[in-house]
Amino acid sequence: MKSLDDLKKIRDAAQKKVTMRGKNEGTRVLVGMATCGISAGARPVMNKFVEEIAKRDMNTVTVTPVGCIGECAIEPIVEVLQGEERTTYCKVTEEAVERIINEHIIGGKVVADYVIGKYRL
Amino acid sequence: MIERAHVLICSGSNCISRGSKSLRQEFEENLDRLGIRDEIKLVNTGCVGLCEQGPFVIVYPEGVFYSQVKMKDIKTICDEHLYKGRIVEKLVFDEALTETKEVRAFDEIKFYAKQTRVALRNCGLINPDDIEEYIARDGYRALGKVLLDMTPLSVIEEMITSGLRGRGGGGFSTGLKWKFAYNNKADQKYVICNADEGDPGAFMDRALLEGDPHSILEGLMIAGYAIGADKGYIYVRIEYPTAIEKLKIAINQAKEYGLLGKDIFGSGFNFDIEIRLGAGAFVCGEETALIASIEGSRGMSRNKPPFPAERGLWGKPTIINNVETLANIPAIIFQGAEWFSRIGTEKSKGTKVFSLGGNIKNAGLVEVPMGTTLREVIYEIGGGIPKNKALKAVQTGGPSGGAIPESNLDLPIEYETLIAAGSMMGSGGMVVIDEDNCMVDICRFYLEFTVEESCGKCTPCREGTKKMLEMLQIISSGNGTLEHLDKLEELARMVKSSSLCGLGQAAPNPILSMLDNFRDEFEAHVVDKKCPGGVCKPLIKLFVTDDCIGCTKCAQNCPVNCISGSAKQLHTIDTSACIKCGICKNICPVDAIVSI
Repeated sequence: MKSLDDLKKIRDAAQKKVTMRGKNEGTRVLVGMATCGISAGARPVMNKFVEEIAKRDMNTVTVTPVGCIGECAIEPIVEVLQGEERTTYCKVTEEAVERIINEHIIGGKVVADYVIGKYRL
Repeated sequence: MIERAHVLICSGSNCISRGSKSLRQEFEENLDRLGIRDEIKLVNTGCVGLCEQGPFVIVYPEGVFYSQVKMKDIKTICDEHLYKGRIVEKLVFDEALTETKEVRAFDEIKFYAKQTRVALRNCGLINPDDIEEYIARDGYRALGKVLLDMTPLSVIEEMITSGLRGRGGGGFSTGLKWKFAYNNKADQKYVICNADEGDPGAFMDRALLEGDPHSILEGLMIAGYAIGADKGYIYVRIEYPTAIEKLKIAINQAKEYGLLGKDIFGSGFNFDIEIRLGAGAFVCGEETALIASIEGSRGMSRNKPPFPAERGLWGKPTIINNVETLANIPAIIFQGAEWFSRIGTEKSKGTKVFSLGGNIKNAGLVEVPMGTTLREVIYEIGGGIPKNKALKAVQTGGPSGGAIPESNLDLPIEYETLIAAGSMMGSGGMVVIDEDNCMVDICRFYLEFTVEESCGKCTPCREGTKKMLEMLQIISSGNGTLEHLDKLEELARMVKSSSLCGLGQAAPNPILSMLDNFRDEFEAHVVDKKCPGGVCKPLIKLFVTDDCIGCTKCAQNCPVNCISGSAKQLHTIDTSACIKCGICKNICPVDAIVSI
């Protein structure tokens, strides 16, 4: 350790290790991971979320596996919670994950192609 | 692979003794079985504080707090929570569930919500074996600030301004202590971390060493820089194997990262730390005895002055700081003396860690701002007394402290107020005593301890503590007189004023404070020949009350068969044959057996 900058570099890199432990008030991504969700392919979808979010250093976004929401036919279901606002996506694929992150979580615009209303109107 | 969830397993000694060590392997096996091993990060952390409910598993990002986790529960947590995302409600700590069964995050639980964690800031949150997790929480930044931007004198001034006082018991200003050592010029100086935690029931220092060892190293280095020492010792008792192991790992990692050794941060400052193991003698917590022990001599105290700051280890200026004091230092430097002095009261700044034990629901480790009342600690954080028993007293300061009666519970916790109430802050043991305890018996317990631990060098302590114990034994056997109480008090005052070191000077404190606050209980022993707490065997008799349901449990378990009575009938105890072992009282399902 030759300077404060060295310490800061280690600190910045290491913070990824611990940011998850603390109060999370940012965006929450809930992935339906009951048996129906898993068999419909929710696991790669969730992993994709985790990877992409980590890649972009989005510290305030957490990914949580949740239980069955009940609409098993349109799994994998992903919900994005931002404050009071809840958006439900269904039949989410790995490609859809990128769009949800880029257009919705970062861009602030709901990805209409996958919202539940499209299937349930 | 990036982990999507962190599973924190409490690996403090309390949880290890409740079986947390094998939990990790069980997690690994289950995660492997589910094929999600690399999605989940397993972290062994230090003590999370609520030891009564251990072992703990905390799952992030949700912050779900599982308590009393057993081996068989791991499969459920893995299958349900980690694989399917369904929180296992039945394993969640009771107080973490709202009335509507919603799961509260860990830091919203009442036990934690009332606390302010400065010394314990990282305990239970980081992996103590990973220096990078400490660095991620701004670790070693205070050291960098001190070495590159501050002069030793400005560090000392900062400590004086912060108002930090020694957390080992004495309560002396840390900054002033450093200043004395700074002013004593010498070719070599030393800093010592006093980790010889000896009070029965106290485990704050152990939890800090196990849960956040780097904060102690950092504090020690800052102290070294301030007084001009390049060598530090950590004196820790061999009874703390986990703490020693964590310290060794931490020292090695700090060396690896160049945070310990030569020319730290390119500042030209060198520092080395060595661990010295003590054999577990209470007197070695006293500064001069500790120094003697490090030097390889028998642990005995000597006269002061000269104080260690003038002539300490190997005759060189030395400062000795307690573990908790050191843990506060990086936080004070990093966040500023101003910030620290806003916490607490006028004369007692900051927070204090207590190990809460005795007759209390949430036994464990708590850190509260100075000025918090005893009542808040016991009832709001500690959850009160089990079985709704009445509180009789709170014992603070271990064998060097005293007992504070119920009537004084609204006292704010400060160094001065506790002394004025006949007790002391001590290192932070807090034992809650309910109505079923006998104050004479508790005095006897502490005196047995000090008799055993007296080093024997000075007569008042060596002989005085022994005579006081003998008198207490006479009182609790029912052979005491009022004269014994007066003699006991007189001897206690004599030992207090004439002993050589803190051990002897403080050993009479339990007697003096309990005679002062609970004299009626002592008098009951010598005048009425009764033990109001129902503890002192020669003075009690066991009776069955009308509440007896005739379950026959007591009769079946009595080792001397002195209980008679048939099923569903009122039982009776033959008091002449009874050996007062208390088994019947403990086993009775309706509390129908009382001792009078």
